Amino acid sequence: MSVLTGGHSATDLARERKFGSLYSRNAKAVVGRGLTAAKSSTWLVMVSGFFEPVLFLLAMGVGMGSIVGTVQGPGGEEISYAAYIAPALLAVSAMNGAIYDSTWNVFFKMNFAKLYQGMLYTSLGPLDVAIGEIFLALLRGLLYATGFTAVMGVMGLLTSWWAILVIPASVLIAFGFASFGMGITSFMKTFQQMDWINFFLLPMFLFSATFYPLSVYPQVIQWFIQAMPLWHGVELLRQISVGSFSPATAIHVGYYLVMIALGIMLTTARLRQLFLK
Amino acid sequence: MASHKSVGATSLLRVHNEAIRSATPTESPQSGFDMNRPLVISARNLTKAYGDLTAVDNISFDVPAGESFGLLGPNGAGKSTTMKMIGGVSQRTSGTLNIMGLDPESHGPEVRAHLGVVPQQDNLDEELKVRENLIVYGRYFGLPLSYLRPKADELLEFAQLTDKANSKVDALSGGMKRRLTIARSLINEPRILLLDEPTTGLDPQARHILWDRLFRLKESGVTLILTTHYMDEAEQLCDRLIVVDKGRIMAEGSPAALIREHSSREVLELRFGSERNATIGVELQGIGERLETLPDRVLVYAHDGEAALEQVTARGLHPLTSLVRRSSLEDVFLRLTGRSLVD
Repeated sequence: MSVLTGGHSATDLARERKFGSLYSRNAKAVVGRGLTAAKSSTWLVMVSGFFEPVLFLLAMGVGMGSIVGTVQGPGGEEISYAAYIAPALLAVSAMNGAIYDSTWNVFFKMNFAKLYQGMLYTSLGPLDVAIGEIFLALLRGLLYATGFTAVMGVMGLLTSWWAILVIPASVLIAFGFASFGMGITSFMKTFQQMDWINFFLLPMFLFSATFYPLSVYPQVIQWFIQAMPLWHGVELLRQISVGSFSPATAIHVGYYLVMIALGIMLTTARLRQLFLK
Repeated sequence: MASHKSVGATSLLRVHNEAIRSATPTESPQSGFDMNRPLVISARNLTKAYGDLTAVDNISFDVPAGESFGLLGPNGAGKSTTMKMIGGVSQRTSGTLNIMGLDPESHGPEVRAHLGVVPQQDNLDEELKVRENLIVYGRYFGLPLSYLRPKADELLEFAQLTDKANSKVDALSGGMKRRLTIARSLINEPRILLLDEPTTGLDPQARHILWDRLFRLKESGVTLILTTHYMDEAEQLCDRLIVVDKGRIMAEGSPAALIREHSSREVLELRFGSERNATIGVELQGIGERLETLPDRVLVYAHDGEAALEQVTARGLHPLTSLVRRSSLEDVFLRLTGRSLVD
């Protein structure tokens, strides 16, 4: 009994908490659970997530790049085609990793493993669960981003020391997608509905100035793409990779900060609606 | 029967006795019960509506500390919904609910810190091993590893799963999973244990092992709240129970008192064949205290079942089969609702 009353209990902290019954400052327990589960899971799945953008980089950047030659980078300088698309692929990889963790993984845990029902019958609140799961998605994003950045370095695609900042910037991008992904997943009830997520992601991957500049589109299409999150990620990482910044850099970062805040609000509200009804 | 592994059980006993003694001062010393114990649960006019459907309809009950309290009723009676409201994971439509001095709706995490929950369907973490399930679950309560490691071993012993500590969850049998779920629910040394149909789907042997474990918990002072639609389970485990149907309380009391109040001492079951039960039921009028004609059999409620059977044969009626048994909660339920529990 002394353990429960000796100050270790999450509920002691919960008494002074700000978010009512939503949060007990114990997201680390959810993270711990994820790491323990990862120990016994197959590492092959994680590794495949790392190789996907590398394969794209080899096929498009090196392969197609040999007939494209050099293109104009963000600062106006000439860079190789591989160096042009590599940061964009990193942004896509951050997006995919975060989306995979926060949608399919969460969908399974919510509807089949009944994991969250069990968690919410303890001292944990929905916000602990949301923060914990999003943190895990970011951890995976960080691993991928670090690995891919190393590959970019080895291939000689990094021309500036600023490029090291693409790693935290990728985590920012992953954060935006993970926090929204989990909230959106909470609306999904069937596998068919989950497919809508891919239906939205694939065109965003192909058309967000990933493989060629935005200027090829008519003005109206440009505005539309600029409203989408991936374009901001692609542009942000591309600027960082060559160390060429502009006022737009702040807009890209701000876009993600707003996305993260809205995503967490949505996710927490949905978890509360679903499990504390 | 189950081998006695008393080490785990004894230390659980000690811990829970301390828990009872150090009952929080927030509890009002209400009594009114035969036992002079503080109330751990107090529900008044509790109601839960889902749209047009009223799952729980204006029910009130009290549970003193250390009691084993049952909610007996058929599927859809509102048992699980009541359990969810106690755990604060379902918001009530109206009424008041007080769990150890707190409202579970506004103090969910605090209330749940003292609850153990065994849901109707096992929701063990299949990605974790058996022992990890206990430790990770304890972390959800914010408990330190220095406490959880020995506690997990103690609970594995209690659940007779020590040799399965490093197995995967899906390698366990149904009975083992159920025991692990119960062990998991005890990781935070709860003062109230909520058990939602703890033995549904288990074979008889697994049920008896589980009952033995639950009985030990009860002995150690844990308040048990359990739902069931098995009469024998309620009779085995419950000090007191409420019979619920369509969200309402039909009767309340100890199993023995309910049987005394709503049924006779013995029951004579007669089968004349499906077509004849109804017609013969009329010819049996006057035998025993009361008759119940069901599609498959006729029940004669009597103080002495053998004597009633003699009267039946004296009238020249010869049933295909006859059986004299003691009254059970099933008869109480039949009397109160006009239908059987498992339908």
